[in-house]
Amino acid sequence: MNRFIAFVKKEFFHILRDRRTLLILFGLPLVQVLLFGFALTNEIKNAGIAVLDNDKSPHTQQITNKLLASGYFQLRENLRSNSDIERAFRKGTIKLAVVFPAGFTENYEHGRSAQIQLLADATEQNTAISLTNYATAIIRDYTAERNPDARPPLTIDVRSRMVFNPELKGAFVFVPGVMAMVLLLVSALMTSVTIARERETGTLEVLMVSPLSQGQILLGKVVPYLLLSFLNGCIIIALGVFVLKVPLNGSLLLLLAETLLFIFLALSIGIFISSIVDTQLVAMFASLMAMLLPTIFLSGFIFPIESMPKPLQIVSNLIPAKYFINIVKGIMIKGAGLRYLWQPTLVLIGMSILFMGLSLRNLKTRLS
Amino acid sequence: MDAIIIENVSKSYGAIPAVSDVSLSIKPGELFGLIGPDGAGKTTLFKILVTLLLPDTGRATVAGYDVVKDYKTLRKLVGYMPGRFSLYPDLSVQENLAFFATVFGTTIRQNYHLIQEIYAQLEPFKNRRAGQLSGGMKQKLALCCALIHKPDVLFLDEPTTGVDAVSRKEFWDMLRQLNERGLTTLVSTPYMDEASRCDRVAFMQTGTVLAVDTPLAITRRFKKRLYAVRAADTYSLIHDLRLAPFTESCYAFGEFLHLTVKSAAVTEEQIGRYLREKNHRTIEIHSIQPGIEDTFMALMTQTQPTA
Repeated sequence: MNRFIAFVKKEFFHILRDRRTLLILFGLPLVQVLLFGFALTNEIKNAGIAVLDNDKSPHTQQITNKLLASGYFQLRENLRSNSDIERAFRKGTIKLAVVFPAGFTENYEHGRSAQIQLLADATEQNTAISLTNYATAIIRDYTAERNPDARPPLTIDVRSRMVFNPELKGAFVFVPGVMAMVLLLVSALMTSVTIARERETGTLEVLMVSPLSQGQILLGKVVPYLLLSFLNGCIIIALGVFVLKVPLNGSLLLLLAETLLFIFLALSIGIFISSIVDTQLVAMFASLMAMLLPTIFLSGFIFPIESMPKPLQIVSNLIPAKYFINIVKGIMIKGAGLRYLWQPTLVLIGMSILFMGLSLRNLKTRLS
Repeated sequence: MDAIIIENVSKSYGAIPAVSDVSLSIKPGELFGLIGPDGAGKTTLFKILVTLLLPDTGRATVAGYDVVKDYKTLRKLVGYMPGRFSLYPDLSVQENLAFFATVFGTTIRQNYHLIQEIYAQLEPFKNRRAGQLSGGMKQKLALCCALIHKPDVLFLDEPTTGVDAVSRKEFWDMLRQLNERGLTTLVSTPYMDEASRCDRVAFMQTGTVLAVDTPLAITRRFKKRLYAVRAADTYSLIHDLRLAPFTESCYAFGEFLHLTVKSAAVTEEQIGRYLREKNHRTIEIHSIQPGIEDTFMALMTQTQPTA
């Protein structure tokens, strides 16, 4: 036991004496959370629009005002002709053009189908979709206010309500994502690099020719990072709740337990990586390629899994972060308990067992 | 029983043989040197003996324990210092030592007497990070770390490589002191001049042991006549001597060339005449007693396939 404590102590020395490690360990989560929370958001505010009003009636004026009053849109230009539309898009000042055709009022007031054309700049397709959705909803609202008596099937009235996140806050999505990413990065990358470092400096050789078993060496590597990563997880949760105002509707205890489970999984992956590579550089590269990129792209953190092509959707099932993000969202935002989250939890447990098992099998009592 | 017994051990990496059919036995309390150039298989043999590698064939025991079967026991008994600096550069001198002491289930205080003389030199720097020590100091610290658990057998793989001449001498003085206390020590080195400081040496080349004996006895194996030759222009001297009809071999040793001749009948006058014909000036020739390096050079050339 003394041996083990000495090993853990030594590991803490390594971590605390290396400024870069410390920076990655504690600077990274802070920067990531704040960056994603404040700067990088896909919420739409003040998107530039242009209006081409060929009707020039009170109705078109009121609809335009309603659009602008929503806060999503900002009028950049009043267009005169159809040819202006393309020019305005080319300039890049507008994301959406609203076209009222001539005779709009007449059609509208006589109960015929009155049309408004929405043209969106789809070079950013997500923004385009959101903008047209917002605009459509606002316009529909306008007609609904005007004709409260209009009944289906004459007018189909779609009313959506955003549950759990009525204000569509980006932080709700990003905090769980950043948490998954930072924990994976810190736990897996750091452990795989520190084991590779011992191999590179030759100290692993000396440790092998000692009464320490390989299991003890691995455990000694895991324990400090487990503690530090857990601390990290707590910092991110606190930042999310207190700074970014993400609600914590579910049980904090369950959230912490799931975080611990995820850290353990990330550490197992880190150890697994270190058991198949020899140098720090390869370990770092393998961790980044195998973990960071898929986590960003395939976990549903940034791009919704549902809108991926089928093969990628299948691949996304292999990404541990996907399950963790679901769990964190479930607990924090939906207030779900283990009764609803047992499935992803089970997957995380299964993955941990798999990677720990694989790395234990790769354990070598000798070189090569 | 012998402290280390190696019987017909072979080990190859893929198709490349590193150690082929090596047998050696080292007596308890011996300071045994494994001498040979880089790539001779010294490190591989070391790694087999300290249980880090499995031999392909053959068997070996250290302190009576089989290096394959009893590796767990052996790892408690041996002290091992690998070829390159293998301590934690970001830990201080004292922290390194304390760490290795604890790992081996002991404390610095308990075994301080074992390292006292060596550690005394490190003591002024005990709070310095190991990475900031000089090469010689690093090796002394590594030796302390390998000694702190009172090993039965000490394995030092090229401990003096990359260390300055003064530190090398000090290091060997330390090894001798340790040896006087009865510690069996196996040292490898590529420096042939260090061979004379061992009780016995084995000369290794391309995975095989060419000779095992005391340094003195090895020197006696050198039967040919040997001359030390010097002239103003060393470069053309070595060139001309190698082309001379009477020359068997010619190597540079410091400022002199060591010249082995084909027959004992070749005299100093004969060599002098040959060199004057080649326009060499300030020629100096005298017959010398062979040293251990001459013997090794001769052994190496004997076994090398003539290219």
